[in-house]
Amino acid sequence: MADDAADHTAPPGAAHAAAPGSNEHRAVAAPDLGSPAAVRDRLADHDYLADTGLSTAIFLALRTQRPLFLEGEAGVGKTAVAHALSDVLGAPLVRLQCYEGIDASQALYDWDFPRQLLHLRAAEAGGVADVNAVEAELYDRRFLIARPLLQALEMSPCVLLIDEVDRADDEFEAFLLEILSEFTVTVPEIGTLRATEPPVVIITSNRTREVHDALKRRCYYHWLEHPDFEREIAIVRVRLPEVSARLAREVAAVTQALRTADLLKPPGVAETIDWARALAALDVHGLEPDVVMATLGAALKYREDQERARRLDVGQLVRQALAEV
Amino acid sequence: MPTHDLATGGSPTNGAARAAVAEPVTGAVALAAALRGAGMPVGPDRVQHFVEALDQLDARDRTDVYWAGRATLCAHPEHITRYDNVFAAFFEGRVADMKRVQPTPVQQTTTVALPVTDTDGSDHPDDEDQTALVANASSVEVLRRRDVASLDAEERRQLERLLARFAMPGAQRRTRRWQPDRIGAVDRGRTVRALLRSGGEIAELRWRSERHRPRRVVLLIDVSGSMTPYADALLRFAHAATRGRQRTEVFSIGTRLTRLTRELSHRDADTAMASVASAIPDWSGGTRLGTQLKAFLDRWGQRGMARGAIVVLMSDGWEREDPALLGEQMARLHRLAHRVVWANPRRARPGFEPLVGGLLAALPHVDAFVDGHSLEAYEHLADVVAGRKEATHA
Repeated sequence: MADDAADHTAPPGAAHAAAPGSNEHRAVAAPDLGSPAAVRDRLADHDYLADTGLSTAIFLALRTQRPLFLEGEAGVGKTAVAHALSDVLGAPLVRLQCYEGIDASQALYDWDFPRQLLHLRAAEAGGVADVNAVEAELYDRRFLIARPLLQALEMSPCVLLIDEVDRADDEFEAFLLEILSEFTVTVPEIGTLRATEPPVVIITSNRTREVHDALKRRCYYHWLEHPDFEREIAIVRVRLPEVSARLAREVAAVTQALRTADLLKPPGVAETIDWARALAALDVHGLEPDVVMATLGAALKYREDQERARRLDVGQLVRQALAEV
Repeated sequence: MPTHDLATGGSPTNGAARAAVAEPVTGAVALAAALRGAGMPVGPDRVQHFVEALDQLDARDRTDVYWAGRATLCAHPEHITRYDNVFAAFFEGRVADMKRVQPTPVQQTTTVALPVTDTDGSDHPDDEDQTALVANASSVEVLRRRDVASLDAEERRQLERLLARFAMPGAQRRTRRWQPDRIGAVDRGRTVRALLRSGGEIAELRWRSERHRPRRVVLLIDVSGSMTPYADALLRFAHAATRGRQRTEVFSIGTRLTRLTRELSHRDADTAMASVASAIPDWSGGTRLGTQLKAFLDRWGQRGMARGAIVVLMSDGWEREDPALLGEQMARLHRLAHRVVWANPRRARPGFEPLVGGLLAALPHVDAFVDGHSLEAYEHLADVVAGRKEATHA
C-alpha cells in the first residue's frame, strides 16, 4: 500500500534523466535549468508555455528549494504547472488535494489497523514466544500507510503538488508550515523520517480564503493571469496539434472576448482547450454562430453566462480577431 | 502584463536603479523601504528572500529585478498593482516624491477600560462604586434598547465596551471529521488500537460521532451616506463579532467594495477602527448595493466564501440603481449561502414599511429580516446567526 501506492504518476523511464549540458555547481538529478529562460524552454518542450514571470518564479523555487505559491482564477493552469514540472524534472508527481476538514492522518500517514490485527492473529496462531517482540512488529514500517506528504518525503526527488490549499482549515496550514520548513516527519513508533532531497513543492490556491502570511512567507509567490491572445493560441496549438491554426485563433479570440463580457465564470485556458477539442472532434475548422451555440457548454458552465454569450455577435468577434492579424 | 513596459528600460540609467543592480543589498533594502512606505508589509525575511533571488538570477536588468521582487515581496494579487507603481517610481528615481501612505495609523484615543464612574482610580471598589455599578447596570438596560444613532459620546463609548464583550458564534455545520464520543458509530481505528493493546481480545467497542464546526459568517456592512449614523456602531459590532472567531469575513459596501477582515483583526477596537477608517475609500458616499453585491459574489462569494456560509447584510436598503440588479444578485447569493440575514437599522422605526425599491427586490431572497439599530438588536442578530433563535420574517 505504501510503496506501490497508486497516488502518484511517474513518467515512464524518466527517473533521474541525465542533464544535457550539465549544471555547473550542483549535482541535481534534473536537466539543466540554469536560468529562467532554460526553465521556460524546458517547460515548452513539455507543452507548457510559461511567461517570464512564471519561469522566473519556478527557477527561484528550484534553486533555493523553497515552495512556489501559485494563485489565480480557476482554469488558468496552476495545477498544470506541477504536471509539466514533473515531466521536465523526470520526477514523480505526488498530489495532495486539500479539502475542508483534511487532517494530518489524511495528509501524512495512518496505521493499517486491519493488517496489524491479522498479523497479531497470525502470531497467536503460530504460538507467541515474546509478547514484546510481537508488539514491536505491529508498529513496523510496513503497517504504515503513507499518505501524500509522507510519500513525497520518501520518494524524493519528486514534485509535491498541494492543490487548493485555501480549502483546508487554518490548523492544517500550520501543520503544513511545519512539514514544509523541515521536510521531516516524526512517527512516534518509528522515529524521524527525512527526505534525502526536499521535494519541489507547488502550492495552489483559488483565493476563496486568505492563506496565512506565515505560510506565504516561506514561498515564492506568483499570480497567474489568463494568457494573452497570442499565447493562448500557442497553448491551444501545442496541446491540440489536431486543431487547425485558423480554429485555434478563432476560439482564442472568442474566449478572450468572453472574458471581458462580465460573466459569472469567465472561461479559463482549460475551457479554451476543452472547447477547441470539442470543435475538433466535430470536425469543425472555422467558427460559425450555430456551431458556437451548440458547443458553448464546453466553455461556459452557467445558464446565465450562456444566455449572455448568445446575445454576443460571434461572427463579429471572429471577424475582429482575424482583422487583428 | 507589466513585463513589457518594464522590460523596455533594459539598462538602468539613474542612481537608484544602478544601485539595485550593482549593489543588490542596498538596492533591495531601498526598494523594500519604498514598498513599506506604500503600505505593503515587507518584513526582513522577505527582503532576505529578495536579495537571495537577485543573487540566484544574477540579476542584470530591470526585468530580472522586477520578477525577483514580485515573487518574493508580493503575497496578494492586490499587492501587485502597488508593487508595479512603486517599482516604476523607484526605477525612475521618483521614490522621494512619492506620497507616503501610513500603513496602519495608530490613533491615540481615550482609554475606556475603566468603568465610567470610577473617577478616583482606585482598584478597590468602595460603596460609592457599588451604587455606581448598579446605576450603571440599569443604564446598560436602557442603552441596550436605544437606537445607536441617538447616543451621545459617552453612551457611545459605553456601547463600544459592551459590544467588545461578545463574539458571535455561527451556526454549526457537520464536518467530515470525527471525534471520540460515548455514543455514535463504532470507531474502528480506536477499537482496533485498544484491541491490539489487550492482545487481540475484544475488550470493548469505542465510539465516535461527527464533529461540528461553526459555519463561516460574512458581514457586508453598508457605509453609504444614509447609513452614517450606524456605520461606526456596525463596524464595531463587526469587530466584536470577529474577535475570537477565525471564520468571519467583513466587507464594507457603498460605492466600492472593501474587504476589512484584515483591518479588523487587531485586538484593540480603536486601532482596528482606525485602520478600517483608512481602508474604506467611500465613507458616506452613494449606495450601489446591486453592483457591490455582484462584485462580492464575483470576486469572493462564488469561489467559496459565501458557499454554505451565513451572510449578513447590514443596510437600510436605499439603492440608487435599478432594484432589479439587486434582486438578481440576492437570488444568486441565496443559492450560494446557507442563510442570508438582512439587518436593517431602520426596521424598528415606527411605521416602517419595506417599501424602498432595493429592499423590496431583495426581501424574497432573505431568510431572516431583523433589526439593526441597538445593542439588543445586535444580540438578537448574533442569536439568529448562531441559529439559536428563529428570526421574524418581514
